Amino acid sequence: MELTRRDVLAALAASGAAAGASVSLASDPGDGPVGDHEVDTLVAVARVVYPSAVDGVESFVGQYSVERARDRPEYASGVADAVAALDEYSRTWEDAEFVDLDAERADRTLSGFEVDTADPDPEGSDRERVRYYLVNELLYALFSTPTGGSLAGIENPQGHPGGTTSYQRGPE
Amino acid sequence: MNREPSERVDVCIVGAGPAGGLMADGLARRGHDVVVLEAGPRFDADHEDRERRMERSIRPGHGPDSVWEMGGERDAYESTGEQYYPLNAARVKGVGGSTLHWQGMVMRLHERDFRLETETGVGADWPIAYDDLRPHYADAEDELGVAGASDNPFAPPREHPHPQPAFEPSYSDSLFADACEELGIATHSVPNARLSEGREGRSACVGYGTCQPVCPSGAKYDATIHVERAEAAGARVLDRAPVQRLEHDDAGERVTAAVYATPEGEQHRQEAREFVLAAGGVENPRLLLLSESEQYPDGLANSSGLVGRFFHDHLFAGVGGTLDRPTRQNHVGFNTTESHQFYDQPPDGSRGAIKLEFLNYAGPSPVEMALGGDDWGDEMLDRIRANYGTHVAVGALVEQRPRAENRIRLHPERTDDHGNPVPDVVWSLSDDERRTIERANEIQRRIMDELGADVEWTVGPESTGPAFHHMGTTRMGADPESSVVDSQLRTHDLGNLTVASSSVFPTGGAMNPTLTIAALALKAADHVDERL
Ligand SMILES: Cc1cc2nc3c(=O)[nH]c(=O)nc-3n(C[C@H](O)[C@H](O)[C@H](O)COP(=O)(O)OP(=O)(O)OC[C@H]3O[C@@H](n4cnc5c(N)ncnc54)[C@H](O)[C@@H]3O)c2cc1C
Ligand code: SF4
Repeated sequence: MELTRRDVLAALAASGAAAGASVSLASDPGDGPVGDHEVDTLVAVARVVYPSAVDGVESFVGQYSVERARDRPEYASGVADAVAALDEYSRTWEDAEFVDLDAERADRTLSGFEVDTADPDPEGSDRERVRYYLVNELLYALFSTPTGGSLAGIENPQGHPGGTTSYQRGPE
Repeated sequence: MNREPSERVDVCIVGAGPAGGLMADGLARRGHDVVVLEAGPRFDADHEDRERRMERSIRPGHGPDSVWEMGGERDAYESTGEQYYPLNAARVKGVGGSTLHWQGMVMRLHERDFRLETETGVGADWPIAYDDLRPHYADAEDELGVAGASDNPFAPPREHPHPQPAFEPSYSDSLFADACEELGIATHSVPNARLSEGREGRSACVGYGTCQPVCPSGAKYDATIHVERAEAAGARVLDRAPVQRLEHDDAGERVTAAVYATPEGEQHRQEAREFVLAAGGVENPRLLLLSESEQYPDGLANSSGLVGRFFHDHLFAGVGGTLDRPTRQNHVGFNTTESHQFYDQPPDGSRGAIKLEFLNYAGPSPVEMALGGDDWGDEMLDRIRANYGTHVAVGALVEQRPRAENRIRLHPERTDDHGNPVPDVVWSLSDDERRTIERANEIQRRIMDELGADVEWTVGPESTGPAFHHMGTTRMGADPESSVVDSQLRTHDLGNLTVASSSVFPTGGAMNPTLTIAALALKAADHVDERL
């Protein structure tokens, strides 16, 4: 399933970052804490944590993250900080930054860091912050969009203002 | 902001939830000078702020009470009864009060609820009848923008349709309706305090599905609407101004001032001609008890000794499971079908009222499952697909009888951020209540069996919890020896002190209380207006 501009807007709306379809989506990070490297790392994490049926990950994650970081400095620094923690772990065990790992090593690195079993906590340990600011951030963005929800069988997921007719409809 | 007291005030209202908001609005619009003192903050009301709170509510990593910033020393409490009471999950402090978090189901009590003792020999009678409240119920439905239909064969009489059309039944409602029909159980719509059509600049429901604890669109009613309206009509609202105690005159007949604290650490006295306590069913009795004086060593308005007594709530009962087919849950965060067939208490008083609710949000939602698992990628998606989509559940509210031993009292040792004793919730269940919960479970299981559901969980007498409706603690009655306020909601002891809250309910049936709170607040506003 292809993630589109509509999904980016939906994900942003679910996080209180953008208002309406009139927003023009930038993909240039500018010079806040979430720069190219952070966005690239988020894309690399998304390639591990998103189901393989999802297409259009790079532009979805890129546009979403840039827009979201723009007017939320506390969130942006949380992301930057979590990327630094992930890179440090990755350099120690794989001798490379996370963005430079291939799919298998990226998955192994996140699992090795025990991010899968970590409790998400914006103020927690390194792995808990990676879980909160990178993994859960991306999963929240995906599953609050109609495309992400539809993967799981719900076209109007929680967090998405999808109207009041879908709940009345029976299964296809 | 200037938190100095105002001069020449007609009415001082403590608390800016729906009770305080409606009274402030009603009295300010009739030209009275109104000051509202609210303990909690004024939250940003913009869409973006609400969406951020919604994100907090969906994403793990934030305490459940943190969405509306409950907790800490300000909200410290104890729960020393047989049954634990999670007080801070059950209320919000701030402009709008607990309606910021609430679900928004709003129904009228039944006629029998007002004369339960006469009809069944148990519980208590109200000093007013359904007919006395009936016009105020209609006004309250209008104020709250209730979406409802007149298809409920068990509902008490009404003159007009609801101000907004009811929400259509959900797909899962249609499955329940078939099963219930087989069993001879009538189902019907649910009155909701959420807009099904836009009105007065507010959006209709757009289906975020997170109504409880936050509706980003503002379609769900919350009391900020009436507080803002009151301000537009000239009322002054001070946030973060917790009232510490009420003072009275030498004769002990009138309240003279509300003493409140400010964030800067100052204390002020707000004088007024009339005072309204609208701080909710726990803080109302607490504040009266904290206002002890030489003349009233047991607390204000407490000559009956009943302030804080007869605390009761509604009890939750439920049965849930899965079907072998899709049920389409979690699209919206509210319910669209109920059955009030088992509501009226039998004449021998052998069981309490039961209100059945058919959930539109049974089972976990995909986004919750994604965020809370310990896998990712395709494995996660497989898990979500296996667990989402076939859940069903029937909930119920079950009546709790008022019993004197259940009470809100001041804790002897623990104090809050201002050094005041914290509320101690003493709460327990009776055998009758356990039996009524079992009866609700039986009905729920029959429905689930008829549906062919695999039952996976039951909330029964051992696992029940409160529905967060705080009733009974300043009960209404004609006799000053056995009640705290009269039928005008004025305390028997102090002539200018009104209590607007479910704390005045002598009994609570099994209907969510806020429509009745609103109707009573509108009635009380009339009485205060007459006195002014
Ligand atoms: C999760 C949840 C779901 C609910 N769902 C429903 C539902 O579906 N239907 C329904 O009818 N009801 C529901 N309720 C209950 C409903 O929210 C309350 O009945 C209603 O808000 C009570 O109104 P109130 O004005 O009396 O008190 P509140 O709304 O609690 O407001 C009281 C206000 O007084 C303030 N205050 C307290 N002490 C002081 C003080 N000392 N000085 C100054 N201010 C003070 C508080 O900060 C608060 O803002 C729900 C409640 C919760 C928590
Ligand atoms: S589903 Fe609930 S949260 Fe969403 S818009 Fe409607 S009332 Fe608000």
